[in-house]
Amino acid sequence: MNFMTAAANKSGSKEPLPAHLKRLEAESIEIMREVVAEFRNPVMLYSIGKDSSVMLHLAIKAFYPSPLPFPLLHVDTTWKFREMIKFRDEEAKRLGLNLIVHINEEGIAAGVNPFASGSSVHTHVMKTEGLKQALDKYQFDAAFGGARRDEEKSRAKERIFSFRSKAHAWDPRNQRPELWNLFNTRIRQGESIRVFPISNWTELDVWTYVQLENIPVVPLYFSKKRPVVERSGTLLMVDDDRMPLEPGEKPQMRRVRFRTLGCYPLTGAIESNADNLDDIVAEMKTAQVSERQGRLIDSDESASMEKKKREGYF
Amino acid sequence: MDTRTDGSKPIETDNDLLRFITCGSVDDGKSTLIGRLLHDSKQIFEDQMSALEKDSVRHGTTGEDIDFALLVDGLEAEREQGITIDVAYRFFATPRRSFIVADTPGHEQYTRNMATGASNAELAVILIDARKGVLVQTKRHSFICSLLGVKHVVVAVNKIDLVDYSQEVFDRIVADYTSFAAQLGFKTVMPIPLSARYGENVVERSAKMPWYKGPSIIEYLEGVDVRSDELSKAFRFQVQWVNRPNLDFRGYAGTVASGRINKGDAVVVAASGRATKVEDIVTYDGSLEHAEAGDAVTITLADEVDIARGDILVEPKARPEVSDQFAAHIIWMNDEQLLPGRSYLIRIGTKTVPATITTIKHKIDVNTQEHLAATTLHLNDIAFVNVSTSVPVAFDPYAENRKTGSFIIIDRFKNQTVGAGMVDFGLRRGTNIHWQPLLIGKAERAGLKHQKPVILWFTGLSGSGKSTIANIVEQALNLTSHHTMLLDGDNVRHGLNRDLGFTEVDRVENIRRVGEVSKLMVDSGLIVLCSFISPYRTDRQMVRALVDEAEFLEVFVDTPVEDCIKRDPKGLYAKAKAGQLKNFTGIDAPYEAPEQPEIHLETVGKTPAQLAKQILDYLVEHKIIGLSGEPLALAPEWFRGSDI
Repeated sequence: MNFMTAAANKSGSKEPLPAHLKRLEAESIEIMREVVAEFRNPVMLYSIGKDSSVMLHLAIKAFYPSPLPFPLLHVDTTWKFREMIKFRDEEAKRLGLNLIVHINEEGIAAGVNPFASGSSVHTHVMKTEGLKQALDKYQFDAAFGGARRDEEKSRAKERIFSFRSKAHAWDPRNQRPELWNLFNTRIRQGESIRVFPISNWTELDVWTYVQLENIPVVPLYFSKKRPVVERSGTLLMVDDDRMPLEPGEKPQMRRVRFRTLGCYPLTGAIESNADNLDDIVAEMKTAQVSERQGRLIDSDESASMEKKKREGYF
Repeated sequence: MDTRTDGSKPIETDNDLLRFITCGSVDDGKSTLIGRLLHDSKQIFEDQMSALEKDSVRHGTTGEDIDFALLVDGLEAEREQGITIDVAYRFFATPRRSFIVADTPGHEQYTRNMATGASNAELAVILIDARKGVLVQTKRHSFICSLLGVKHVVVAVNKIDLVDYSQEVFDRIVADYTSFAAQLGFKTVMPIPLSARYGENVVERSAKMPWYKGPSIIEYLEGVDVRSDELSKAFRFQVQWVNRPNLDFRGYAGTVASGRINKGDAVVVAASGRATKVEDIVTYDGSLEHAEAGDAVTITLADEVDIARGDILVEPKARPEVSDQFAAHIIWMNDEQLLPGRSYLIRIGTKTVPATITTIKHKIDVNTQEHLAATTLHLNDIAFVNVSTSVPVAFDPYAENRKTGSFIIIDRFKNQTVGAGMVDFGLRRGTNIHWQPLLIGKAERAGLKHQKPVILWFTGLSGSGKSTIANIVEQALNLTSHHTMLLDGDNVRHGLNRDLGFTEVDRVENIRRVGEVSKLMVDSGLIVLCSFISPYRTDRQMVRALVDEAEFLEVFVDTPVEDCIKRDPKGLYAKAKAGQLKNFTGIDAPYEAPEQPEIHLETVGKTPAQLAKQILDYLVEHKIIGLSGEPLALAPEWFRGSDI
């Protein structure tokens, strides 16, 4: 088997993973194999961020030497940073991935956008509804997501295999008990399962793993001079000319980077000089605010993430 | 049991992961302790802190102070009620270790959640309110942890500030706990006095308790050695997925459940006993010389052996038990009660098989550990039972191996996880009763009769016309020289099932026995007509599963309940409505209509004979009768007559 020899070279003289990351990695791989063994038509939700990058890397490991046994799905709101889209297409090419890009055309036709419609409507229509459309269109019965339990309070109670009704709804009061590594994968026609293989990873675990495994991530995570405006304490990057500037507002070049990535008008940058992985990990360890603080969609209303999730948001 | 109160130096570990569960109620300050652990290990960021300050004013119970409990009470509903309702997972890390905390509520009705949290925990932190000492709930929590195989316990005697940091109180609680827990099989029990609210003995050792020489709780959790003997256990590898990218490669993907394996080692497939050798241990990062418990790998074998998902590769000299019957402890987790005899699915390792709970030996009172008699199990009940699986499965006792001794129970129709179990031991009668080989089979027996053996299962409400139609069908079959038998609900209850009533449990047993009898009759080559209300889908499915595919024909006699009440041939509906008959299907007991019956008889506006003809046509069309070549002579007078 000559492809084995090629694989042996790939690892090179890599630093071994610390014991806890090795355990997390093995757990994620086991979860992914469960899905492929038990579901008819799985898909991996690919959001282009660091968590997706890690999830994709784990999947390649899980099924090696087979190619990825499922496609990737990106629900494109058309407001992602340009660098994200570029990175997505390069990764798909480099890894030979089957990438499906879905855009909610009805939302586009209705003129939904984050400025005119507000973050809440924009996210609901372009992300949540767009995702449901795609899942229905391709009849996926299982969808991997890169959510982590440490991100947000309502995620802390999410199962690893999270059941969704035909209408894609999540019922937090009526979740299946999840014991040991014995996942209940049984569903009826039309129902689906959302699977979160990196549930038990923390943000620091993700960055440490990215570093040790040399996983490519979008350059927006690294500090660079970028054009930003400051609005109610949040630094927004002016990524293209669709962004309406207020009277007298002028983009300034500041050294910023992003801790999470989403739609550029909804994602706050942080001032930082961390332009490499070592600095990012160091910065993480002394960080004073949580990563989700940069997400404008979470602070809309109290318990907003739980509400979105019940409606079918990832 | 090693009770460390002397502050002996914990064992060093390589920045590993520790998974623990916290047990206690809101009143014990459990959420406060977790909030405090997160806060003091610097896992709470400024934005979360400012949200917490705001929330403390709105929902808090600590007056001016920050209510750390609010940090961890996640869902809207629970924040309003002030209780945690499910299992939540928290994460924190110190320079020495990463931690995953399963946070579960302590109320009695949540045994299910605690079992869930404990199933993956290596250690339990059991909170005791220093003012209250060892309570019934302390015993309950400890028992559940012990049942789920948690071997290490920290007894966190909290709110020690409220008893003036008293050594006497602490010593008394420790003595109480130690005497009670002696029988629970914990390997270590570490008592620590602390005040979660004020951070005493949480991260730093407290200056307020000079009499206590032991570590703070964080110090202890950082150092405690829970790496049990997973590595020295027998090798077990549960095959998850067959990796087959091309004709030259066939690998078995899975995670090593226990023990260790080297390239070249001999292995056997547990269920079939087939032996082979490990050719290679494949990973993306290159091929490995060996793999050990916890490693997710892909194994290739030296020989072509028939292996699929669900099989277990084991070492030849230490094999697991293989049986279709075993004794186990189970925890029931669903609002719908467990019914012995009903067919469920169990998932054990990577294998999912139909199974029934054949006997409930006893139920266990979770507070006193007393044994109680039981015929069914309800939500949160724990019991010792016998399980029978449709095919033999490989397992180890749970006490020896959590990965190969655990299983979940799944409802076949709702797909809910309804229970969880831990295998105690295989039942010898399972291994020793073998099938006596027979020279003549049902094909030969049926061949003589020029028919295919089938079960025609008539289901429908009382008074829907099942027996009337079944009688006409049998008469027609008899007159055309077919060999039949008719089992009727009422008649069977006069003999075989005279000991059964109409409770849900008895109804299941009623159908199970009829199913087994029908199966024997199918083996003898007969066409068996069964006329039973059989209201539960699961039970009809159970009979279907007893015979081969296409040998079970579900005949849904579909008469609306209003029509049945109008006809009421036996006067039973009148009695049920008057309250003289309990559990009457259609009145105060449910009827689950078939979803895809082979034959669907909509009776309204049709005569019994017309409906019988519909069945006979089906039998001819599917080549079950009429095999002798002679056309079926059906007498025209059968197809006249009035409504049923």
